[in-house]
Amino acid sequence: MATSAGAAAKLTSIPSLLKRNAREFGDSPASREKEFGIWQSWTWAQVAQQVEDLALGLLSIGVARGDHIAVIGRNRPHLYWSMVAAQSVGAVPVPLYQDAVGDEIAYVLGHCGAKYIIAGDQEQVDKVLEVEGQIDGLEHMIYLDGRGLRKYDHSRLTSYGALQEKGRAVKADLGAELESRTNALGYDDKCVMLYTSGTTGRPKGVVLSNRNIIETSKNSAEFDRLSVGEEVLAYLPMAWVGDFIFSIGQAYWSGFCVNCPESEETMMTDLREIGPTYYFAPPRVFETQLTNVMIRMEDASRLKQWMFRKAMDHARNVGPRLLDGEAVSALDRFRYFLGNLFVYGPLKNTLGFSRVRVGYTAGEAIGPEIFEFYRSLGINLKQLYGQTEASVFITQQKDNEVSADTVGTPTPGVELRISDTGEVFYRSPGAFVEYYKNPESTADTKDAEGWVATGDAGFIEAETGHLRIIDRAKDVGKIADGRLFAPKYIENKLKFFPNILEAVVFGANREKCTAFINIDLTAVGNWAERNNIAYGSYQELAGHDRVLDTIQAHVEEVNASIAEDEMLSGCQIHRFLVLHKELDADDGELTRTRKVRRRIIEEKFSDLIAALYDGSSSVSTVTEVTYEDGRKGSISATLKIRDAAVGAATDRMAAQ
Amino acid sequence: MKDSIDSHVTADGRTIGGVLMEMRDITLRFGGVVAIKGISFDIREGEIRAIIGPNGAGKSSMLNVISGFYHPQEGDVFFRGEKRPTMRPYEVARMGIARTFQNIALFEGMSVLDNIMTGRLTHMNSGILSQALWWGRAQKEETANREVIEKVIDFLEIQSIRKTPVGRLPYGLKKRVELGRALAAEPKLLLLDEPMAGMNVEEKEDMSRFILDVNDEFGTTIALIEHDMGVVMDLSDRVVVMDYGKKIGDGTPDEVRNNQQVIDAYLGVAHD
Repeated sequence: MATSAGAAAKLTSIPSLLKRNAREFGDSPASREKEFGIWQSWTWAQVAQQVEDLALGLLSIGVARGDHIAVIGRNRPHLYWSMVAAQSVGAVPVPLYQDAVGDEIAYVLGHCGAKYIIAGDQEQVDKVLEVEGQIDGLEHMIYLDGRGLRKYDHSRLTSYGALQEKGRAVKADLGAELESRTNALGYDDKCVMLYTSGTTGRPKGVVLSNRNIIETSKNSAEFDRLSVGEEVLAYLPMAWVGDFIFSIGQAYWSGFCVNCPESEETMMTDLREIGPTYYFAPPRVFETQLTNVMIRMEDASRLKQWMFRKAMDHARNVGPRLLDGEAVSALDRFRYFLGNLFVYGPLKNTLGFSRVRVGYTAGEAIGPEIFEFYRSLGINLKQLYGQTEASVFITQQKDNEVSADTVGTPTPGVELRISDTGEVFYRSPGAFVEYYKNPESTADTKDAEGWVATGDAGFIEAETGHLRIIDRAKDVGKIADGRLFAPKYIENKLKFFPNILEAVVFGANREKCTAFINIDLTAVGNWAERNNIAYGSYQELAGHDRVLDTIQAHVEEVNASIAEDEMLSGCQIHRFLVLHKELDADDGELTRTRKVRRRIIEEKFSDLIAALYDGSSSVSTVTEVTYEDGRKGSISATLKIRDAAVGAATDRMAAQ
Repeated sequence: MKDSIDSHVTADGRTIGGVLMEMRDITLRFGGVVAIKGISFDIREGEIRAIIGPNGAGKSSMLNVISGFYHPQEGDVFFRGEKRPTMRPYEVARMGIARTFQNIALFEGMSVLDNIMTGRLTHMNSGILSQALWWGRAQKEETANREVIEKVIDFLEIQSIRKTPVGRLPYGLKKRVELGRALAAEPKLLLLDEPMAGMNVEEKEDMSRFILDVNDEFGTTIALIEHDMGVVMDLSDRVVVMDYGKKIGDGTPDEVRNNQQVIDAYLGVAHD
């Protein structure tokens, strides 16, 4: 960003960035939202006015420095402005997940002691009112969409518009106070507090300072050369650190426009209309889009199918090389040009990716085929590795150093270290200040020198210098002969097959690795239908010999790929079985976010695990299940156990 | 609830005004069949008025009388205190009465947006020629109408199907679109013929919320026919009960629930 040193010195808070943007890019769009079928936009100058009105309104109801202001609702420009307005008066915004249930909200509100809440609509207001008894100190609530709220008691409830109105009225009295509070904001003041989703225990409030957010935004924006002309779509939860960095941090630093969709359901249409130049999505989104494309191609005419296949084969060969700037023959370039004219171009347009200059995915492993598909279309999709505590960025891939199984090199300003146990540590300007009201956890995670433990195990690839994440550090173990055991890494490889929904790999402190597999009913059912295989239930399909053959082929393919990896070659799967029921959060086998709960599965299916290791070829079992309405029942089944071929790198052959 | 009361405020803060529409001794015959036999009742401004009764009781006929589609042989309809002359349906629509149908009556091949736009017909004044050329007044008018429609779309939360042809929508959404078309006319009185028929519990809950919100936000008076007793008792301020073309009960949901004649009609006793 081209700013003089004098001006840069004062850019120590988001409100100060807003002032600069209003001054320097006053007429360029800052926020856009589709409402009533039309994209409504606000320039930076208008946003600055909106924020000022609201900030004065907040002052008029008595918001003090350091107060926490919770913000809850779907992505809307007004809610983003309200976070900046909160900062302008010296308060700290605390965005919450809009789909959080009452109890979760009650915990967070109670923990941060929020006195004020800015809620999107009636649904959010209702949730807060429902738990009002459990929290104290709540003084006032502000709502954006007044529908259905007309009859509510308005003694402690004000509409967003009315508060801004009030703000405008008191400008003469409180304008100076606002000015002084905004100007007092320094680099070390709190910028935002974000609650981690908390896979283990209660959510923790991660405090990020202006330094964290602004330094990180600056470094990462420079890394990808983000400019005032970028367009992004804000559709991921506002409580997630990524959204805060993309839609506030980087947007205010670079001055680009943040677009909010009309509703959750219209996201894909809005994406197409906006055509973002900078885009982030978790692997799941890319996966769903690809599946939709494939399903629609199956229904297309023969000619179109042929064109698609031809073009995609060529793209797979040439596309990634073109992106990486490698040498490609003139003929291949010409064929790619034709493919782009007839297939890639229209396809990218349909997906809303025509203009994507930088795309990121992160959060979990992405299947190499999915990754390659988008890259071969010419979409510059990259991976990054980050977490809330780091203000997102730890490592990211450079434009021409992209691969499906690494997460890139450290973001500028980040130092990386791998501990003796294999855990990844980092130190960066983005590293968080503390966990709010939780000094013990803070001390456990961040040491005196500023090194932060990620909780992930990984290593740096010797030849490329890229970081590769293997698994959560606490899940990584050793098999009996001392070789590394990283279950999630193997499970992810298995889950990349559309036929496999879930996999659980065992092997810690055992002689060899074995696995439970869950088939994906949609994919396998579809296959069964096309192959005239009749089945009456999930259980019957899961036990079908031809299904087992297919799964065995998948397992062996995974084994072959792991065998090449010297660190993890011990993790090859020797024996497996296909479970007779889907692992389910209702039965406690998965968390609500669909993560495998290893310990519970190990206990519950101990008989099956025993059978995997005693060499028997089948096992009978009875399993308790919980139906959706809470009733319990049980299913009994006889499961076949299969041996899978393992690669040469392991010296021990499969049992029997 | 007595007729002498001119207006009052309900427990949840809505204002129920004076009589908007009054049916006086309505009798409707189809040849020798008497569908409605000397029924009188009124609809007050701002209330939700339900008409219930077993199959064949004459409920839909009654709604068609209110909407001006059927002309009763005997009796009069008073609108805001004045006797309503025999009118054509479009004239009734101009008076501010809109309705939905028991069996959905939408244009299947047209998009949701266009379907709802047809509800604005009574608010359009430009001629065919200027509309075809989309010129001058027609252009301005369409923009203004589109704004109203977009508010309806936003209100009913159907943004994602704005451009979808109605024929491709599931039943529950079609019902919602039909309600949208009726709302687009900005009616004073909204007639709903079995708005929840064939819906699952979740769809019913959604529809109930929309009906309450319409009444609450726009102050629209609503007369509805519904079979689901739970819904009727929860939604309505007053209920008319019909059986074999006669009125057998009229009052608040509680009064009606304890009316012996109503209980008999629903549980079934031998009729003479």
